Amino acid sequence: MDLVVEWGQVHALLGENGAGKSTLMNVVYGLVRRDAGEILFNGQPAEIHGPQDAIRLGIGMVHQHFMLIPRLSVVENIILGREIANAAGVIELDRASRSVRELSERHGLAVEPRARVQDLTVGLQQRVEIVKALYRGAQVLILDEPTAALTPQETDGLFEIVHSLTREGNAVIFITHKLGEVMAVADRITVMRRGKVVASTKPADTKPAELAQMMVGRPVLLRVVRGPSHPGEAVLKVEDLVVQDDRRHLAVDGVSLEVRTGEIVGVAGVEGNGQNELVESILGLRSARGGRVILNGRIITHRSTRRRLQSGLGNVPADRHRMGLVLEFPIADNLVLSDYDQAPFANGLVRRLRAIRSYALRLMKAFDIRAQAPEQPVGSLSGGNQQKVILARELATQPKVLIASQPTRGLDVGSIEFVHNRLVSQRDSGLAVLLVSSELDEVLSLADRVAVLYRGRIVAVLEGDAIDRERIGLLMAGAA
Amino acid sequence: MEFLSHQDVVGLLAQTLVTATPLTLAALGGIMCERSGVVNIALEGIMLTGAFVGYAVALATHNVWLGVLAAVVAGMLIATLHAALSVSLMVDQIVSGMVINILAVGITGVFYRNYIESSGLAGPDTLPHWNIPGLSALPVLGRIFFQNQFVTYAMLILIFAVHVVIFKTVWGLRTRACGENPAAAETAGINVYFVRYINVITSGALAGLGGAYFSLQQIGNFLPNMTGGRGFIALAAMIFGKWTPIGAFGASQLFAFSDALGSRLQIANVHIPIQFLGMLPYLVTIVVLAGAMGRAVAPAAVGKPYRRS
Repeated sequence: MDLVVEWGQVHALLGENGAGKSTLMNVVYGLVRRDAGEILFNGQPAEIHGPQDAIRLGIGMVHQHFMLIPRLSVVENIILGREIANAAGVIELDRASRSVRELSERHGLAVEPRARVQDLTVGLQQRVEIVKALYRGAQVLILDEPTAALTPQETDGLFEIVHSLTREGNAVIFITHKLGEVMAVADRITVMRRGKVVASTKPADTKPAELAQMMVGRPVLLRVVRGPSHPGEAVLKVEDLVVQDDRRHLAVDGVSLEVRTGEIVGVAGVEGNGQNELVESILGLRSARGGRVILNGRIITHRSTRRRLQSGLGNVPADRHRMGLVLEFPIADNLVLSDYDQAPFANGLVRRLRAIRSYALRLMKAFDIRAQAPEQPVGSLSGGNQQKVILARELATQPKVLIASQPTRGLDVGSIEFVHNRLVSQRDSGLAVLLVSSELDEVLSLADRVAVLYRGRIVAVLEGDAIDRERIGLLMAGAA
Repeated sequence: MEFLSHQDVVGLLAQTLVTATPLTLAALGGIMCERSGVVNIALEGIMLTGAFVGYAVALATHNVWLGVLAAVVAGMLIATLHAALSVSLMVDQIVSGMVINILAVGITGVFYRNYIESSGLAGPDTLPHWNIPGLSALPVLGRIFFQNQFVTYAMLILIFAVHVVIFKTVWGLRTRACGENPAAAETAGINVYFVRYINVITSGALAGLGGAYFSLQQIGNFLPNMTGGRGFIALAAMIFGKWTPIGAFGASQLFAFSDALGSRLQIANVHIPIQFLGMLPYLVTIVVLAGAMGRAVAPAAVGKPYRRS
């Protein structure tokens, strides 16, 4: 594949998860070896064997998962590898702090050099990453999915930073799968699919729908088709719930919420504002310090997770590899993970393998799980098919309430469509869905009501016309 | 209680500092190692190897100083094995450490029985006591700090040296980065393998010096398994001291105090069975660790082999 990036431009690299965008950029940054081809920098062939070579050429990269060390200070993170020190190797922290402060303020990226990275918001941590690249003399900045964890306002702030960097003559490569961002920020767009460049264009010459089609290879509906909801009675109620996180800090601080049959309630918020703790506490994976969880009119606050699941709770966990599946196990065993010991899948102590297999085959067909056989390990499936296994397992038991956390994270567009349509069709047949997602677009396109979580509190519940992108963005940032 | 005279208390504190010497040195080694992301439960085996090799070389050359040097070098060599196994070959770091501990007990035991015990050679002298001019005459402090032997003085200096290296220098920053998030260190252009190797080997040098304490400073002889689990107590001191040199020194003092107290009580003829007094340092270790565990936070990436993508 070919890619040409020019000075002073924002070059967007658009493609689905797994299209090869990040791999390509890791090659440019020297983290992954190339098998063939060459990289030219200012017209000269560049030999990049490791990050050091890339840094020397003036290439900086901000990874999707930040490469920061939470327990160190901002200045320590920034100077790491290019320390300001005296002849004896002792770091001159005051001098380093001054130069970091000066550099960051010059680019409008003010950060406090002595602050600990773990105390900063995600948006500020990203600033630290950008300052870190600039400190290393980066003139070409690669941003890998930079808006994944940002609020809309923080995203706007990032776009400003990106534009001011290119005005100074730097080049920015912006990797994303979000069409709206590409249209807003890019000077040039390169679309990738399955490791190949399928198009190269400009925002003025294209439309989001066209880009989506190039990215996926077929026409895509950008919006979920969804009629009005017909909510019934409240099946899941959370009252004044108080939950602590692992460090025993207050993570959920008096949350009250209800989900009715036939509706999708979205929980919007920047990651780390108590979503995980809220979900874990509803599921019984984390004990509540106060408040109540009521399912179907029964208080389940002190019931075990297993009994909660049996009383009609379904769960699509955010981290499907760690919490949703046993990757080494076959598809069939994963499909009966929550009722493997009950009829018809077991007879006393003996598992009934034939019943499990035929059940698995049925679900694989119903949920379009593409695999050779039910015996195939679930870890060998694509992300989309893995998520379908989880959805199939959770929905097949006909729960009253489904808790779906980040249900489409890391999936390709086709699978996202599938998951979204399933959630909506289940809603229409009476399921109550609690959707927890840090992708604001997902919440906006699926939820009938939106609860905004900020620092462990629900700061607003919006409904109907009140569901407004800007407004939610401000609420997520704690600004409204 | 007549054994608690002023004299005795100062003597007890002096003995505490001396007893804490190998604990502190091994704990400092553990800190260097674990701060870079490599668990080192091999400290025990490294100390034992250092004690043996130091003694053997001192015996052969009739020079205790060459013995001390040999203990340090032996520690570095065996630590290199730990580094090769756990950093390059990505063997589980606990397994690698355990292998070295078992190896050390076996090899030192065999060589001792076959060559030293049967040789009938007279043991080398112990390291001389050095009274620091002026300072050693200070009341109380002089007796405790300034009338010691080489390894104890070296320990006192190394506490501050390791503190400065870890928290003030370029090398220390890189070490901590490798121990917290090796992938981040790598993207900052740092060679994680190199940093880990050097730190593991340095920990070998420190623990090897700690080993020299047993055979060359304390008794001038080698006995099979003479380190008696002090390497593990040093690990506890490292954890209780929150992976900081000064904290580890303080924790070592606590463990050493209970050890010294136990032996003082024996001498003072207190009617507690000797076996129970001997248990004291280990008991204190268990109690302290049970309290400290969960509160002390280890380097985030410690114990995880780093694989370049």
